[in-house]
Amino acid sequence: MKMYYRSWLVLLLFVGSLFFTGCDMFAEEQEEGDNLLYVYSWGDYLSPKVLEQFEEETGIHVVLDEYDTNESMYPRIAEGAENYDVLCPSDYMIQKLIEHDLLQPLDFTKLPNAQKYIGEDFFRQSEAFDKGHKYNVPYCWGTVGIMYNTRMVKEPVDSWSILWDPKYKGEILMQDSARDAFMIPLRMLGYSMNTKNPQELEEARNLLIQQKPLVQSYGVDDIRDKLSSGEAALGVIFSGEAINLMKANPDLRFCPAPKEGTNLWIDSWVIPKNARHVENAHKFIDFICRPDIAAKNFEALGYSTPNVSVREQEEDDEEMEGYLDIAFPPAEVYHGQETYSYLGEVFDKLYTRLWLQVKVE
Amino acid sequence: MREQIKKFYLGLVVLFMYAPIAVLIAQSFNASRYRGQWTGFTFQWYTALIENEDIMNAFLNTLSIGVLSAAVATMLALVTALGMRRMGSQGRIFFRGLANVPLLNADIVTGISLMLLFLGFGLRLGYDTILMAHVVINLPYAMLCILPQVLLMDRVCYEAALDLGATPAQAFYRVILPELKPGIMAAFLLSFAMSADDFIVTYFTKGAGIETLTTEIYAELKLGIHPEMYALSTLFFGAVVVLVSLLLFNYRVIRRYRKAEKRGADE
Amino acid sequence: MSNSKSLQRFFAVPFGLWSALFIVLPLFFVLWHGFTDGNGAFTLENLTTVLQWEYLKALGLSVELALVSTIICLVLAYPLCLILQGLRKAKGIMIFLLFLLPLWMNSLLTTMAWQTILEKNGILNEILRFCGLPDMALINTPAAIIIGMVYNFLPYMALPLYVSISRIDHSIIEAAWDLGANRWQTFRHVMVPLSMPGIVSGCTMVFIPALTTFVISALLGGNKILLIGNIIEQEFTAAYDWQLGSALSMVLMVFIILNILLEAFTENTDSRKKVKA
Repeated sequence: MKMYYRSWLVLLLFVGSLFFTGCDMFAEEQEEGDNLLYVYSWGDYLSPKVLEQFEEETGIHVVLDEYDTNESMYPRIAEGAENYDVLCPSDYMIQKLIEHDLLQPLDFTKLPNAQKYIGEDFFRQSEAFDKGHKYNVPYCWGTVGIMYNTRMVKEPVDSWSILWDPKYKGEILMQDSARDAFMIPLRMLGYSMNTKNPQELEEARNLLIQQKPLVQSYGVDDIRDKLSSGEAALGVIFSGEAINLMKANPDLRFCPAPKEGTNLWIDSWVIPKNARHVENAHKFIDFICRPDIAAKNFEALGYSTPNVSVREQEEDDEEMEGYLDIAFPPAEVYHGQETYSYLGEVFDKLYTRLWLQVKVE
Repeated sequence: MREQIKKFYLGLVVLFMYAPIAVLIAQSFNASRYRGQWTGFTFQWYTALIENEDIMNAFLNTLSIGVLSAAVATMLALVTALGMRRMGSQGRIFFRGLANVPLLNADIVTGISLMLLFLGFGLRLGYDTILMAHVVINLPYAMLCILPQVLLMDRVCYEAALDLGATPAQAFYRVILPELKPGIMAAFLLSFAMSADDFIVTYFTKGAGIETLTTEIYAELKLGIHPEMYALSTLFFGAVVVLVSLLLFNYRVIRRYRKAEKRGADE
Repeated sequence: MSNSKSLQRFFAVPFGLWSALFIVLPLFFVLWHGFTDGNGAFTLENLTTVLQWEYLKALGLSVELALVSTIICLVLAYPLCLILQGLRKAKGIMIFLLFLLPLWMNSLLTTMAWQTILEKNGILNEILRFCGLPDMALINTPAAIIIGMVYNFLPYMALPLYVSISRIDHSIIEAAWDLGANRWQTFRHVMVPLSMPGIVSGCTMVFIPALTTFVISALLGGNKILLIGNIIEQEFTAAYDWQLGSALSMVLMVFIILNILLEAFTENTDSRKKVKA
């Protein structure tokens, strides 16, 4: 009978010890409070080596959380249930965060690298969503384009209309987010991608419904996997992913800006209002803007960087040969392209609903 | 002929159930990082697994949340079942119905309602909220295992122990607990399994910087799964297979032993 | 003695409090969000939105796919349990465990593995090509989602079914045989009614998760096929419309309540039958 006492004691001790180690963990977290940094960023958007180096140099421990769309990031910030210190949203989402008073102005005196190395062009472009650029430091930018597999697509690709070509039925991958999905038909119809005209939006929706039977799947990051393995012939992707994909599969080519016009996007670092490690957040942003770090990040990610020091560092790099024009596109690619702006709650909901109508069709 | 059809049918179902598992195990030995391309045999993901902090952290979270939530749910179920023994049938029906709500409810509704509750009370989503949510979803399974045993339990032994001078506490530990041991074990194991495999409820009640295995897998699904994950699940599955076969073997040995003993006694 | 007896009843108090806090109250939170607008004022707008055709269409498709996979699960599991019941008990349990073991593999990973099997250049099509057969275009179709649902939920059908079939007294079946019933008649008039509790609880245990899943449809439907679970998930994450998401959850709760009533009803008639017997 004693056996039972003992086994219960062992179980209790086991559970108890787990519980106490759990408590210890929390205690530690609080003690270390000042040396933490909660980063909330896109999936695979920071080189792990860069994070390691940051931790080594500053002694600040980074807790990294990732999201896959701007839209899934927003509620977590708006609810304020979690205190992130640094975020990396896109243009229109930054505007939305500013309008809802969820960001704090940056202290640029603590960001000397950002002032020195981030191109003037990009700060100017960011005026579109952050008047007087008080809140953001640009991190990556690019366009939305078409990646295609030359084994299956023999013709030159320079227009969105190829995504409506019945020849490629079941071979087309589209972006699964309302704004990116509607941008394409809106541009094809010659409308603004920030339109608030319901009639124009309905026309765009009808085009998307018409295209749906040709689409293999709507995706986000999984588009990369499917393009590189040859599962699909055409896919809509962000320009930053092009270089890595072309390195992985030499059959792939990229059209960065179809002739109807495309979206020019900027992802920037911002600090939410309820951040608890503001000092660390500034250190982090400035660290990211340091030329050697920016270069490391660029090499790991392949996304175009607004950091003017990087192109010089990369020009002699053999690995980058043939890719420089994609990484640092000539001005005609991005000049005159539209950037998303925040359209307000009513139109947010309208876009979501129209997109839903496409998806249930 | 009829026998062969039966065997064929069993074989087909086994094939259906194990085909994806075979694929996962194969992928854990695949040298290519990408799904669906076989480029050669390797053990590298098994060694890389130990160094993959994200996966190991998620694994430890899954383990500790599983053990803790299963233990709490089991104890709560045991205490509740003992209380329900003394209730009228209406009270029992009411409590049993209440306990079954999370079982019959859709996971997505359970997860969302708990998230709304936690946020409504201003809690920060994190380890503790996942733990509480897991106790909620484990409880019906624990009750399912323990309640029938408690209700069928024979009171004679317990009262005999009391008559023989045992205190209620002694009688509880020495008579009731041993009798309920199989139910308690089953409740704990089933709860642990439910907690470890839950995705939807965890997804809605988890906070920043904390992942369990399932949420980590979901995050990786979109970016391409790290092959270390296949290695981990292969190891885990292997461990379960070994454990179950040991249990079965053990059970057969015991039975054979008992049979022999009985025969001996009969003679 | 009687004192400790009435005391023992209070053992259930912690559970009562627990369920009030973590089972009942959360559901009221859902109701509250479903019946209010963003500022907390009462409104029926969320519910009327739910009645618009795009939501009804998704709901209809979800019900359809869930029903189809429930039926397939039943049709697959019933013969399986009959075969196992015909074996020696130890052997039957052994083989049954074999079917339950895959539950221990993470269900997200196994669903992902189905994607690898079914996709355009996937394993199934490679095998078909190797045999000189034409490709099957399964991925991103409702069929792929149904395969995923059947795979994930088959054990939940098999478990209660096996329990209730193995409980059937063999002498009853023999009696039916003796009375001249043929195989089909025995099955139809003896086996099915006696295993009804297992059938019902198996069906509810498959139907509800199949109706509400969002993972299987996302992975195997390529986000082209939207189920009600996907929409709810998106309302709570991407669209950030908790009010509408809660209203949609309330629609699901109606199905769940129907299910509970169905199960309670069969349990009731079942126990009444037993009393009669």
